[in-house]
Amino acid sequence: MKMVTAIIKPFKLEDVKGALEAQGVNGLTVSEASGYGRQKGHTEVYRGAEYTVDLVPKVRVEVLVDDESADLVVDTIVKAAQTGRIGDGKVWVVPVDTVVRVRTGERGHDAL
Amino acid sequence: METALDSGNTAWLLTSAALVLLMIPGLAFFYGGMVRSKSVLNMLMMVMGALFVVGILWVLVGYSMAFAPSYGNAGLLGNVTAFAGLEGLMANDPEAGVPAMGFVAFQAMFACLTVGLIAGAIADRTKFSAWLIFAGAWAVLVYFPVAHWVFNLNPETGGWLYKLGVIDFAGGTAVHINAGAAALALAIVIGRRVGWPKTPMRPHNLTLVMIGAALLWFGWFGFNAGSQIAADNTAAVVFMNTFIATCAAGLGWLATEKIRDGHATSLGAASGVVAGLVAITPSCSAVSPLGAIIIGALAGIICALAVGLKYKFGYDDSLDVVGVHLVGGLVGTLLIGLLATEAAPAGVNGLLYGGGLDQLGKQAVGAIAVLLYSLIIAAILALIIKKTMGFRVDSETEIGGIDKALHAESAYELGESGGGGVFAGVGHAARTKSEVES
Repeated sequence: MKMVTAIIKPFKLEDVKGALEAQGVNGLTVSEASGYGRQKGHTEVYRGAEYTVDLVPKVRVEVLVDDESADLVVDTIVKAAQTGRIGDGKVWVVPVDTVVRVRTGERGHDAL
Repeated sequence: METALDSGNTAWLLTSAALVLLMIPGLAFFYGGMVRSKSVLNMLMMVMGALFVVGILWVLVGYSMAFAPSYGNAGLLGNVTAFAGLEGLMANDPEAGVPAMGFVAFQAMFACLTVGLIAGAIADRTKFSAWLIFAGAWAVLVYFPVAHWVFNLNPETGGWLYKLGVIDFAGGTAVHINAGAAALALAIVIGRRVGWPKTPMRPHNLTLVMIGAALLWFGWFGFNAGSQIAADNTAAVVFMNTFIATCAAGLGWLATEKIRDGHATSLGAASGVVAGLVAITPSCSAVSPLGAIIIGALAGIICALAVGLKYKFGYDDSLDVVGVHLVGGLVGTLLIGLLATEAAPAGVNGLLYGGGLDQLGKQAVGAIAVLLYSLIIAAILALIIKKTMGFRVDSETEIGGIDKALHAESAYELGESGGGGVFAGVGHAARTKSEVES
């Protein structure tokens, strides 16, 4: 099993969710995140004083998937989240040892 | 029973007093939104704490010091024992147009607000107990006497600046230059916040700032138009001038920002509102509506530039009490000397209306006298407090957040890691004291 984590632009969340649902992904976890990559931050002005704000608001999407669906899910997310402009985010995949469904105690593939 | 009491004037006076009181929480919100979220409660508490302390002092000695006849008719200080405790003012005076106690209440709010204004200069880092002591001492040694100089309008036993002919309708000198000068002294003596000016200290809630500015503007109609102590023609002229100068100042500040920084900001709009209100405070009875627009616009532009002075000179006037109140007060007080017109209620011509330099000279004397007196006494008081009990919290408290350390509270529970949010209901983030002990 794999865990796919995507950091995306907040306004792309609905597109990513819709695309994943269309691919049959049954569940995901979303959280607010902040950070920066090559995009760096932005500038704000208060009473004439300029502040550079390094951290940009992002959304983190996490999906647990079968080994064989991982590539498809990654492609789906990338396609849905892409604007082509700087700051679109990142997607990465890591292996997962075990998954347990809390309600039933099912393990592994059955718990997805 | 025969009585001279005018119920219309009395109703307006009492209403105005309540309007001015509303400015005090308005000021607290205006300031509170500008500090970081870890010190907003302390900012609110400084303004409210000053209100409590100065309110009591007003009853004990303040009203007498400001409004009793001067010692030796010198116009420097009212007889401290004349109305101490206010007991002698309770009886109905059949010759009074408005009840004495109504005027006492109205002027009480001025004293409380003026002291609260100073707090913005020393946000995030001031010991609460030291601030309350300063607030009381500065009120007694500076505000009460200066209010006597400016607001005691008796031609014989009144204040020296009034007798000199300085026009200050509602407190450009006594309130704004006074508080602004004290703010400068405190910012210098107490020193910069840890990390200032390198660390970003962004306002944490600009909607709160705007709510505060709106309450200030609303209450300011009581402050200015109420200062006529009558519901009459002058009050109406003053009301309109107060309104229109503020609009012009908002535009002036925004235009300055747009040209200088590229953006018109909401903080700039709120700040422009306050700058305009400050500048029209002394001048609202002396100028025409067009004059008020000029004063407002100039105040907006000049104050928007003046808030940058602290970076140049290196004093951490955190929320720009100097740039807005001292500078705005000077603008309004001095421009009377240029823009006053005989057609306005004050009935004096300034330089641009053919009145010569006479009035401008008087205005300058009033402004400089109050500025220097407040600056010097505030600096001495602050140094005494600094050397004895200490004026600021230690840097660990300052960095960790003054709200938690001094008041044992946090302003917002928004589900951040340190607070409650979704975890609050199950008792992980916060527990009651009894739960901890059991």
